[in-house]
Amino acid sequence: MEGTHKISHPQFVREGKQFSFSAATMLKVRQLIARYPQGRQKSALLPVLHIAQEESGGSLTVDIMDYVADLLGLQPIEVYETATFYSMFYLEKTGKYVIEVCRTGPCSIVGGDQIRQYLREVLEIGPGETTPDGLFTLREVECLGSCGTGPVMQVNTRFFENLTPRRVDQILEELREYANKNNPDDIRWQDQFC
Amino acid sequence: MAGSVLLTNIEVPGIRDFAVYRAHGGYQAVEKALRSMTPSDVSAEVTRSGLRGRGGAGFPTGLKWSFLDKRSDKPRYLVCNADESEPGTFKDRYLMQHLPHRLIEGLIISAYALGAGTCYIYIRGEFKYLVGILEKAINETHRNGFLGSDILGSGFSLNIFVHPGAGAYICGEETALLESLEGKRGNPRIKPPFPAFRGLYGCPTVVNNVETLAAVGPIISMGGDAYARIGKGRSTGTKLISACGNINKPGVYEIEMGLPVEEFIYGDRYCGGIRNGKYLKAVIPGGSSVPILPADLILSTAKGEPRLMTYESLAEGDFATGSMLGSGGFIVFDEDACIVRNTWNLTRFYRHESCGQCSPCREGTAWMEKILYRIEHGGGTLKDIDLLVRIARNIEGNTICPLGDAAAWPVASAIRHFRQEFEEHVTDPGKCRNQRTN
Ligand SMILES: Cc1cc2nc3c(=O)[nH]c(=O)nc-3n(C[C@H](O)[C@H](O)[C@H](O)COP(=O)(O)O)c2cc1C
Ligand code: SF4
Ligand code: FES
Repeated sequence: MEGTHKISHPQFVREGKQFSFSAATMLKVRQLIARYPQGRQKSALLPVLHIAQEESGGSLTVDIMDYVADLLGLQPIEVYETATFYSMFYLEKTGKYVIEVCRTGPCSIVGGDQIRQYLREVLEIGPGETTPDGLFTLREVECLGSCGTGPVMQVNTRFFENLTPRRVDQILEELREYANKNNPDDIRWQDQFC
Repeated sequence: MAGSVLLTNIEVPGIRDFAVYRAHGGYQAVEKALRSMTPSDVSAEVTRSGLRGRGGAGFPTGLKWSFLDKRSDKPRYLVCNADESEPGTFKDRYLMQHLPHRLIEGLIISAYALGAGTCYIYIRGEFKYLVGILEKAINETHRNGFLGSDILGSGFSLNIFVHPGAGAYICGEETALLESLEGKRGNPRIKPPFPAFRGLYGCPTVVNNVETLAAVGPIISMGGDAYARIGKGRSTGTKLISACGNINKPGVYEIEMGLPVEEFIYGDRYCGGIRNGKYLKAVIPGGSSVPILPADLILSTAKGEPRLMTYESLAEGDFATGSMLGSGGFIVFDEDACIVRNTWNLTRFYRHESCGQCSPCREGTAWMEKILYRIEHGGGTLKDIDLLVRIARNIEGNTICPLGDAAAWPVASAIRHFRQEFEEHVTDPGKCRNQRTN
């Protein structure tokens, strides 16, 4: 419930699976590291964690973080402490589509509260939960920098603005269709509007 | 004049491409700076322009640049703050999406003035779709010889890299940003030392907002004096205002500083009045961190003068009757908005975004949120209201970074101007149509 102080302690997941980047990704990672001065490869941590999360299908397990630590020559704890600070790194398994709906004031006063409520109802889950079919994770997040076009939500990295319940229905429908095609390239369905 | 400095040519189709931008006068300011001016000439123009930081604090940019440690033989860095996470603020996103080259042009000239060979654009992770736009623009600029080594044969070399954050409002605070850029948690550093002496990797660093840096190109083109003639008094130039809330036309507007607030809210060229013909109740004029003002005090000052969109006018009367221009995130509330609910909502934001390093901020924001939740949900007492004021006062000024102040001001100002509404939520729960009593 809103307002109660439920502190959520991330449960680190250890799947025991070997994780490693493909050769193509490794090239990308090397280029990223080269953007920072010699010996400052830790600067590449956030960008590399983004890539790792994307490649692993949406969340960071301990195995992945250990792999990244190794790759960047860091202590594992350095990766854990950074990864746990940022809201975009998911330490628990997520659905195929992560819906992040804005809950902050400016969206709230133009119908955002109703949209959040609507999403909970149609998905039949609460914030932080994933639908049983593994398709959707619902998260309620702070201001997405899109307050003039609120209510707003992001699905994976794509923005959806000026939401109404009808529009939400359409988007969910579209996503379900996408998922049904079962095309592996669609796993991290990306933005196409820019 | 209004709307035609930073956003010039934004309506031109394809202006995001280097060739189109160039054909419309783009990168001429870089040519002018690198071919005919020394780095200190450039800084002097920026100082003369009166440009002030657009990230929130309004600190004079020329002065900030002059603090850069000149005796150090370490490399220097220019860091562009594109973290834009202040509720109500979405202007940098707009600028980067539509006019990426305006920013890159400003970065090249600024880095030249500062002697920085590397520039990082730290962009909030949620704006991932902008990374592609910016990187494409950077690559084009590189290919056309305006980035890389020995730009235009000037001997000056520069690389620009885009660095994504990963979801944390606090990383907009400049020292938290630098920590984050170094791959760490976004915990603000104790100042001094300031970034000008010990910034990124312990090297002299300037951190500026996107809009600030984007203004440098036009300043060099037109000259600092010409820029300073736009605007009013010490609020020179134009400002991007992102307007949202219960208005007819939310969006990003470039205004000449000095525009009356009333014209901004009701004018057809700007917000176009309050939605559904309702009354204006209150405005937060500079992003969620600045004090909220009721309708009468946002339209005119306590002295009865029209309130203007300038740093000075919005702050007139200090916190008793004034507010701040801040980041230009202009949030408008109509008669139906519940101030208590909004205050609780924003306090929850600050509690969520506190990095947790200082007890007044970490504990204070959580405590205030709990009390506001209680009041909003019909379980508050009149004493709670005074308690909130006391907590806010104890946070303010007692923390490592200004997030503590940013959390305290909205609460203190809401109670200052709307105390009756808080009291009613205690004595007559359910009277407010928005109040939750469960
Ligand atoms: C909690 C907090 C959040 C901030 N967020 C931002 C931000 O998102 N963007 C920004 O430009 N400045 C932000 N600032 C201000 C920066 O610390 C810094 O003053 C600014 O980047 C300096 O640039 P300027 O002089 O060009 O305004 C924030 C400050 C605080 C205390
Ligand atoms: S004031 Fe808050 S956000 Fe800033 S350093 Fe202290 S705890 Fe962190
Ligand atoms: S408040 Fe929702 S995007 Fe800013």
